[in-house]
Amino acid sequence: MTAPALQLTGIRKSFGEMAVIHGIDLEIADGEFVVFVGPSGCGKSTLLRLIAGLDDPTSGDILIQGRRVNGVSESERGLAMVFQSYALYPHMSVRQNLSFGLENMRMPRADITARVDSAAELLQIGMLLDRRPGQLSGGQRQRVAIGRAIVREPVIFLFDEPLSNLDAELRLQMRVEISNLHAQLGNTMIYVTHDQVEAMTMADRIVVLRGGRIEQVGRPLDIYNTPANRFVAGFIGAPQMNFLAGTLSDGMLTLDCGFTRPMTAEGHKGPVTLGIRPESIDVDLDGAGDLRVAVRNYEQLGAITYIYCAFPNGKTLTVQLSRQIPLQRGQEIGVTFNAADFHLFGGDDERALTITERT
Amino acid sequence: MPRLIPFLARTKGSTHGKPVGVTDVLAYGYLFLGMLIILVPILWTFATSVKPARQIDNFDTRLLPLSQIEREIPGEGVRPIYRTRDGAGENVEVFKSGPTRAMTEVAPVDDPSATFEVPRADLRPAEEIRIATENYLDPLLKRNGQDTFNFPTYLFNSVFVTLMATLITLLINAMAAFALSKYRFRGRLTFTILIVATLLIPSSIILVSLFFVVWSFGIFGSLWGVIIPAAATPTGVFLLRQYMLTIPDELLEAARMDAASEWRIFWRIVLPLSLPALSVLAILSVIWRWNDFLWPLIVLISDPAKHTLQIGLTTFSGEFDSDFNYILAMTVVSLLPVTLVFVWLQRFITTGIATTGLK
Repeated sequence: MTAPALQLTGIRKSFGEMAVIHGIDLEIADGEFVVFVGPSGCGKSTLLRLIAGLDDPTSGDILIQGRRVNGVSESERGLAMVFQSYALYPHMSVRQNLSFGLENMRMPRADITARVDSAAELLQIGMLLDRRPGQLSGGQRQRVAIGRAIVREPVIFLFDEPLSNLDAELRLQMRVEISNLHAQLGNTMIYVTHDQVEAMTMADRIVVLRGGRIEQVGRPLDIYNTPANRFVAGFIGAPQMNFLAGTLSDGMLTLDCGFTRPMTAEGHKGPVTLGIRPESIDVDLDGAGDLRVAVRNYEQLGAITYIYCAFPNGKTLTVQLSRQIPLQRGQEIGVTFNAADFHLFGGDDERALTITERT
Repeated sequence: MPRLIPFLARTKGSTHGKPVGVTDVLAYGYLFLGMLIILVPILWTFATSVKPARQIDNFDTRLLPLSQIEREIPGEGVRPIYRTRDGAGENVEVFKSGPTRAMTEVAPVDDPSATFEVPRADLRPAEEIRIATENYLDPLLKRNGQDTFNFPTYLFNSVFVTLMATLITLLINAMAAFALSKYRFRGRLTFTILIVATLLIPSSIILVSLFFVVWSFGIFGSLWGVIIPAAATPTGVFLLRQYMLTIPDELLEAARMDAASEWRIFWRIVLPLSLPALSVLAILSVIWRWNDFLWPLIVLISDPAKHTLQIGLTTFSGEFDSDFNYILAMTVVSLLPVTLVFVWLQRFITTGIATTGLK
């Protein structure tokens, strides 16, 4: 068995007194597309910079293809990075931007030209080679930045929020292109983003980070269907999962909003949070169902209807329907929860509880 | 050129079709005043440099270069010509045929034998406008005994000193600025402040110690004794540091990922992007070194073959007599190269480099 493309063991990083990353262990297989996702300040970009070699970890080991690379300079790790701001050299033409790295490695001129031309063809930027970055549009710059990574033929591609500067339409397009590129090249790719949609759509595996710790690692749908804790459940999925506070005692779940349901969970008792995704709730216009809620606002998108409701105690509930229904603000509707899709979180760390009995 | 007039005649409201306002009057008045303050000394120098020596020595402050007409009188030789009225009240051109007294004996140019007497106060010099090209040509072509002013040597020395000092200044100041702006090390700010603080020390204070340093290095009396001490300028370091701070770190990190050595980052990325600031420093350095007088005088005084233009100008001022016509003419000549450098370099300041590769 070959060594994994990347292996992190016990990575910690502090800037002065402030600890940013609190011990991360991770293994990334060859050819995998891994997305680091998390809110701002969760350390995902720092982690990427540690892998790239732009910063050194305070402790812990980084292994690339089984070789320990702590202290190895960024250029000798065989990685390529696409920066958030693209970081194209503004005074060089696109061709010079692409060939700069290869020139630094003293590659023969003919090889450089061949590699640049094939990368340009792959990314369809052949007609831009003589332009300066300032003369390119955002999407074109993005392609050039990716091209600069491709010509290096790296062991691992690193992407640091590469799409955050693009408008929504272009982002969608580039998302697909990067996925296709991964399929074509088959290289290992590590992609950092705060956008969970990018994470869900592109990743083979998602690494959810919070506060310098890994919260959960897994395939996108596994994370979506079985989030490890309340944070992951809330972070992955849009609109956000509904969280309803309540207590679990004597085989009975009682929510603050008045909902009760017989339920037990691996011996846990006391305060819990019920998580239920917006699409797991059904609506009845006549008010029949588990509970009655008031419609505060709603969005009709045609294929999908979002309803933002409130319980009598003021707690809000978001419902997602895949059909069109007539709605009015202030209207009272009945909601039915699908017990099969319940998530239960409890304890100090609000981890997911295994529901042993549900009806 | 066709765009120059509208450019010069621009007013605040002209783009909105409004007439000349108070701000326009104030702005143009202020600019005009500034222009006068800068331009009048230069124009005066130029106007005076084409006046004949006699006019300058007489403190004749009229702007036009006027000189007394001299004519060949048969049997008398070349004599200065005066205008006066003869007995009949007619204007005649005369020359002095006897010594100058209260009643001076003069003779008309047309008829040297018909002498008559006029009051000295009635004799006015007959003047003509004559550009005194000899002010320029005598020293340059070593005519009329002006063989001490070795223009080609002085020009070469000045150009050599200015060129070398500017190149070295640009290089080492840029290197210092690069380190102070882009590397994190202990005492970075302290060093910056120390360097800038040396601006507070007047150069005449360190003259003696500088003399000893240059003497002990064995470059006293050579052009390098002028070039080297002037190479490191706190102004230059500060100017370039402030500019380099605006170059994004991501560009440097991208270059490091591209396997560029630190020298190559400096040479291929940082220097080209600092071109506007480098141009400013180049202009300043050229002006400083070209106009430098005191320090070159100390170092180079003993060997006339090493004199720069500015020292060379002192050959025209003796203990008892100064040839101001030559001094002014050669001052104008020495102004030309530095003016041309400015005209050439100022394009780079205003053009700048489009740093739009980022976002």
